[in-house]
Amino acid sequence: MNFSEVFKQSNQLCKVSPDGKYLATCVQYRLVVRDIGTLQIVHLYTCLDQVMHMEWSSDSLFILCAMYKRGLVQVWSLEQPDWHCKIDEGSIGLVSSRWSPDGRHILNTTEFNLRITVWSLCTKSVSYIKYPKACQKGMDFTADGRYMALAERRDCKDYISVFVCDDWHLLRHFESETQDLAGLEWSPNGCVLAVWDNCLEYKILLYSLDGRLLSFYSAYEWSLGIKSVAWSPSSQFLAIGSYDEKVRILNHITWKKITEFEHPATITNSKAVVFKEVEKRPVVSEDLSIRQLTVDNALFSTQSKYEITQLPVQVPVVKPDPERANPKIGISAVAFSADNRYLATKNDNMPQSLWVWDMQKFSLLAVLEQTAPVRCFVWDPHLPRLALCTGNTKLYMWSPAGCISVTVPVEGFQVQSLFWHCTGSSLVLLSKDQLCLCYTDAEEQK
Amino acid sequence: MGDWWSPAMMPDPTLDTKELSSISGISMSPSRQNSQHSLHSTMVLPKSTYSVLSAFCTEENISQCVTYINQEVCSLGLSAVSVECKSGSVSAVPVLNLLYEVLQLQRRAQRGLQELETQQIKNCSDLEHLQNNNCRLKDQLEHTRRENSGLHEGERQLQLKIKTLQNCLKSEKEEVQKLQSIISSRATQYNHDLKRKERDFTKLKDRLNQLLMDKRDKKLSIEVSNYVGRSDGKRGLWKTGKMEARHEGEMYKALLTDYEARQRSLMLENSELKKVLQHMKKDMIAILSPKKPCVKAELADDSLEQAGSECEDEAGESSRETLEQSCEQAREKLTNSIRLQWRKLKSHMERLDSQASLVASQEREAEELISRKDQEEELQRMRLELQQCKEFIHMQQQLLQQISSPCDEETAALLNDCYTLEEKERLKEEWRLFNEQKRNFERERKNFTEAAIRLGHERKVFEEDRAAWLKTQFLNMTPFVDRKRPALSEPHSALSVGTEPEAKLHSTPPLFTKSLTNSVFCTPKAAPVKMPTTADLYRTLNLIPESRGHGKCPSAEMLSRSRLRNSSSDCSVISLVRDENSSV
Repeated sequence: MNFSEVFKQSNQLCKVSPDGKYLATCVQYRLVVRDIGTLQIVHLYTCLDQVMHMEWSSDSLFILCAMYKRGLVQVWSLEQPDWHCKIDEGSIGLVSSRWSPDGRHILNTTEFNLRITVWSLCTKSVSYIKYPKACQKGMDFTADGRYMALAERRDCKDYISVFVCDDWHLLRHFESETQDLAGLEWSPNGCVLAVWDNCLEYKILLYSLDGRLLSFYSAYEWSLGIKSVAWSPSSQFLAIGSYDEKVRILNHITWKKITEFEHPATITNSKAVVFKEVEKRPVVSEDLSIRQLTVDNALFSTQSKYEITQLPVQVPVVKPDPERANPKIGISAVAFSADNRYLATKNDNMPQSLWVWDMQKFSLLAVLEQTAPVRCFVWDPHLPRLALCTGNTKLYMWSPAGCISVTVPVEGFQVQSLFWHCTGSSLVLLSKDQLCLCYTDAEEQK
Repeated sequence: MGDWWSPAMMPDPTLDTKELSSISGISMSPSRQNSQHSLHSTMVLPKSTYSVLSAFCTEENISQCVTYINQEVCSLGLSAVSVECKSGSVSAVPVLNLLYEVLQLQRRAQRGLQELETQQIKNCSDLEHLQNNNCRLKDQLEHTRRENSGLHEGERQLQLKIKTLQNCLKSEKEEVQKLQSIISSRATQYNHDLKRKERDFTKLKDRLNQLLMDKRDKKLSIEVSNYVGRSDGKRGLWKTGKMEARHEGEMYKALLTDYEARQRSLMLENSELKKVLQHMKKDMIAILSPKKPCVKAELADDSLEQAGSECEDEAGESSRETLEQSCEQAREKLTNSIRLQWRKLKSHMERLDSQASLVASQEREAEELISRKDQEEELQRMRLELQQCKEFIHMQQQLLQQISSPCDEETAALLNDCYTLEEKERLKEEWRLFNEQKRNFERERKNFTEAAIRLGHERKVFEEDRAAWLKTQFLNMTPFVDRKRPALSEPHSALSVGTEPEAKLHSTPPLFTKSLTNSVFCTPKAAPVKMPTTADLYRTLNLIPESRGHGKCPSAEMLSRSRLRNSSSDCSVISLVRDENSSV
């Protein structure tokens, strides 16, 4: 595993272009575009203020930089560096800005979720969508970029609008049977829309593209409900993580529960492997020269490795504070691997553990017990391998073959978040104000 | 409570005994008292008072005494034997009789008295016992009464408690109800508030929107240096009804394709499952059919079985069709037949199971019987063996002691000898191996030298040949070259297949090796085809005396020789030759 040199970045703004050729980073008010292979600067753009949000267009030709404080959006072109576009939302303010899937429209959400402004780069036209709902995930595009689902709130009722992204034609508009809609998400094949209620009620509704209610599912009542939802890449499964520390898997034919995965504090399942990260401080030997000291930075950082622990294993549990809102309990993150075979979950009151489930046998496969709370975990876009970080100087990876922990060979580089390059050949690691590329292919060739 | 009772009871017996004595004293007295009373003045107590008082009877009052006695005796009911007093003297006989009777009477009275006394004592003790009993029972009664009252008190208290608790419950219930109503009212209120707020919010939003729109926010703008083409390269289209229809169509198309894909996958799965089902059914039929006769024989009355078997055959035939036709009826038939067979299989398996278990149990019994006998025998044998072993060990120990006791050096030497012997043996073996190898090596070496000598010979021959050839070549630099060359190339043709005379000069050495290494049989075949003219020429020139060979004879000779060589020489020799050639 090789690591690149370190680059500066701010606000964790670092994105690889969808075609995988360029790496865009924001440093304060500057936007730097590098070639992913050579890491040489290709373009350098200067924005009007510190960039709060940055996004590539789907065709990797444009980059959007949003400056929420000023209500400004600037768009830069990669093909024509002198081309520029500036969108000013005016006094109404701006809270969110994003590309439409065609890469020619920009959707700006104004303050107070007053409206969504759709700006066209082709015709300079503006259109508005009123009454967008302020919620966890109120807007979602289908994977093919054809349709957009938008949660709306009118007359104290939730509505869902389905737009055709081509010309922003309103295809369907229907009332959703939710008390207080919290989010919606298209299935990867773009034919089913999952809509879930907020945490006060366990309710998930499945709508067809044409607005028919296909089914709804509720596991229990009178308790905090859904916390996270994820579709499998094949659209075959819908995983629902909830506050009762369980993940329920629905099938795509009857929309009934196939199975549920519990996250017990004591793991007794003999088929599961528990990888426990063990830290060991290096022993300073007697014959240590100053040269060695200066050369070996890693000498003072702690080394860690995984050990397979014997069952039964007690998973460290944090008791949530019942007085505070959004209690730290329940499944907050669910993610399927690209080949649909594995499911990774994180239970908030077991922050140091990551659970990997086998979706063919519907059983627990592995538990990674880290020394620090898991910050971020991402599946490789092609292979069944999982990268995770815990906010320390190490990068961890899981694959069906086993686990590894790698120390980033940069002094003081604490991995706060990470994401894969679209080919899966490298990983982008982000610390608080730096970034670093980790090449994973080299290792495979060996 | 009973504590203070026992001490009170204790003194009683003593008291009683005193009383008893007094009573007895009293009981003794009445007769005496009576007599005393009656004879107060005249009579005295017979014994004690006799001496003291004046005698009862004196000379003077005999008659009086006699009458008195008579009276007394009469009153006593004794035989009225009157003691007659005759002139002052009393006849002794009646008196004595009387006395005797009195004595008898007295004795009887004494006895009666004694009996009465014992009775009295018994009664007293009974009384005492009863009194004690009574006391105890009274005590118990008191005790139970007290307990009872205590329980009553407890009960009362509990009742009171229950009452208070019930009151509490009631109040709690009321509280809960109140709270629930409060909650619900609050909830509705909050909901209402929420809705109102939301409405206000939307109103505000609307207003804000309106204001923003009215004001024509100057800042709201987009600055683009030049327009960008659409990503798909097409031009934007107007929103028309047609577009709408197209969108709808596309949407339904997308849905349809999805459903179709899903249906296809389901169909696939379905057919797979059907196949599996068919397969299972076939297997089941196969399993069940050979056993059927015996089963039938066993259970001849099993009509269901028979019906099933008939049905089964029928189903077996029809199963092929059902795979294709997936209509409701066929499915039902299939599942029914499978179910039937499955049931049969299950029952069959159960029967087998029961049989197996029966057999197993029988076997086990038999085994047990056998094993017990065996075991005993085995044990006996083992014991014997053990005994033998023990003896053996003992003997060995003794021997060891005997050996070790005389002197250690000797044994050490003996042991050493042992080791050296072993070593020697090993060495000998190795020596033998070594010799063998040496011999092999020698042989190889000899072969090698032979081959080298042979090679030298060959080389010499070859050199000679070459010299001759060169000579002839040199000599033949005449106008008759064409005519003579074939004749001169004769020895080479034997070796080489090659026909081009010019190439020969360069290629002979490698060709030579070729003939050695490659198969040598190819040359004679090639020669007759390619060299008829030369052969003819030879014949015409009279170089070959016989007519049989087409110039093949020498080549055959050479070949045989080379073949011989080939067979005799090792691979190493060949490689050596080749090396030499390449160097040449």
